[in-house]
Amino acid sequence: MTRLLWIPRGIGLGLLAFLIFGPLLNLLLWAFAEKWFYPNAFPSDWGFSYWGRVFSPRGAAWEALGNSLTVALLTVALSLMLSIPAGYALARLPLPAKALILLSFLIPQAFPNLTVYVNIARIFYQFGLNGTIAGVVIVHTVHGLVLSVWIATAAFSAVPRDGEEAARSMGAGPFRAFRDVTLPQALPGLLAAAIFVFLESLDEFTGSYFVGAPDVQMLPLTLFTAAGGGNYQIASITALLLLVPSIGFMLLVERFLKADVLARVGK
Amino acid sequence: MPSPALPRHRSALPGLLLVAPALAMVLVFFVLPLAASVTGAFATEEGRSLANFAKIADLYLPDILFTLLVIGLSTLLIAVFSLAIAGYLTLGRNPRAVALLRWLYRWPLFIPFIVTAQVLRTFLAKNGMLNGGLELVGLVDPATASNWLDGRAIVFAFVWKQTPFVTLLVAGAMTSLDRGTIEAALNMGASRLRTLWDIVTPQVAGTLMTGLILSIVTMMSVLSVPMMLNATAPTTITADIAFRINAYGDYGVANALGVVSLLMTSGFAILYLRLGLKERT
Repeated sequence: MTRLLWIPRGIGLGLLAFLIFGPLLNLLLWAFAEKWFYPNAFPSDWGFSYWGRVFSPRGAAWEALGNSLTVALLTVALSLMLSIPAGYALARLPLPAKALILLSFLIPQAFPNLTVYVNIARIFYQFGLNGTIAGVVIVHTVHGLVLSVWIATAAFSAVPRDGEEAARSMGAGPFRAFRDVTLPQALPGLLAAAIFVFLESLDEFTGSYFVGAPDVQMLPLTLFTAAGGGNYQIASITALLLLVPSIGFMLLVERFLKADVLARVGK
Repeated sequence: MPSPALPRHRSALPGLLLVAPALAMVLVFFVLPLAASVTGAFATEEGRSLANFAKIADLYLPDILFTLLVIGLSTLLIAVFSLAIAGYLTLGRNPRAVALLRWLYRWPLFIPFIVTAQVLRTFLAKNGMLNGGLELVGLVDPATASNWLDGRAIVFAFVWKQTPFVTLLVAGAMTSLDRGTIEAALNMGASRLRTLWDIVTPQVAGTLMTGLILSIVTMMSVLSVPMMLNATAPTTITADIAFRINAYGDYGVANALGVVSLLMTSGFAILYLRLGLKERT
């Protein structure tokens, strides 16, 4: 009886694999399909001509890719500038209502954010921030702050205190002790936070749609426009560009985010 | 007489100064706009009134019900699948199948919603692989096949994207459970399904509810999925909000719809917390 259990187990795993990889494979086919008409199960013509169109010198992809990377890198910079001091304070310094402070960074992810972005766009418009890189960077930073602050706090808590105390007792100032002793040890965790924020920014759609578009073209907006125009190839190629860093990070994340840091996230 | 040495009082000021910029960002760029959206819902040209909500009741009632249905169904399916996957990871007896499942289920976790939408647009299309697969096993006739791009596609996308997230949390909670009671139940002849439901699930209910509520908030915010996967009416509130802004610049009704989505989210949260409590007592 138990010998036959491999049949339902195999069917179950096979079905799950089909439901997870089928869609990804289908996208991959579209990215290299020249012609694909119903009811053919596969494209009748393969090729790279749509890749040429996406990456032609006049194509929108270069601008969108440039904007997306600029916004993502600036978002990482701003997030770290805010989260390193905040994370250090939350991990090391005496603070009232620590749990409440940590929790308040969750607010941007705890309320449906669509209407918030609509109203931010309206406020930004009055200050000339709508349709600017700076405006989009602010929106992405606030959204990703829970990740960067929480991970930074966990990363600093995982660093033993003795090194910093030894440096202080040998006469190093608080900043020097932090920079030379604590920061280097917290770096892998901070790097993980940076990558999370980078991906979150690269993939963010709603905020970019209301605050950035149409002046700041970014990859998710290119994808959305191409999909709306019914161009499966261009949309699939753009989706693939967004997919590669995400999957790459998924495979690497455990190397950056060590278990001792992970166990402290949100505590 | 010298008083006994007091512990040196350490001021909270440096810490507060270091946290302040990050907190200010959340306050200025999220909490204030959120408050503006709530007050904006009651603002009309004739002053404060419920006119925006009356308009919603007129125009968007089917969409509100549709949103409730889509989110409710997605949440239920996410709960079932994440319990099933995490349960197998915890109770599975075949180490190779467990390892394979652990490797398999996480893939959609880091895939952005906008990519998920495009991926499923190809998969659920008339000539997509879902129909291809169903044809292969004889469940769909190619002559009468149609696409899946309606409410079902939104549910599919939400479940596809959010199940790994909830599974990750639930599976984590399950690994920290006491193996003793689980083994005892299995030894006394309880089936693994029974053990999962009666012994394991009640102990991870809190984690499951947290994951589900976070998923609900996410699903209530996602704009790309309903806009790309569901071209027909009715649609979700998120798509309606975007339409109100883009087509009419109508912030009053858009904000009122935002308040409805806020109420719905808290309603779901309360409902699931209640169910969770009931399950644990």
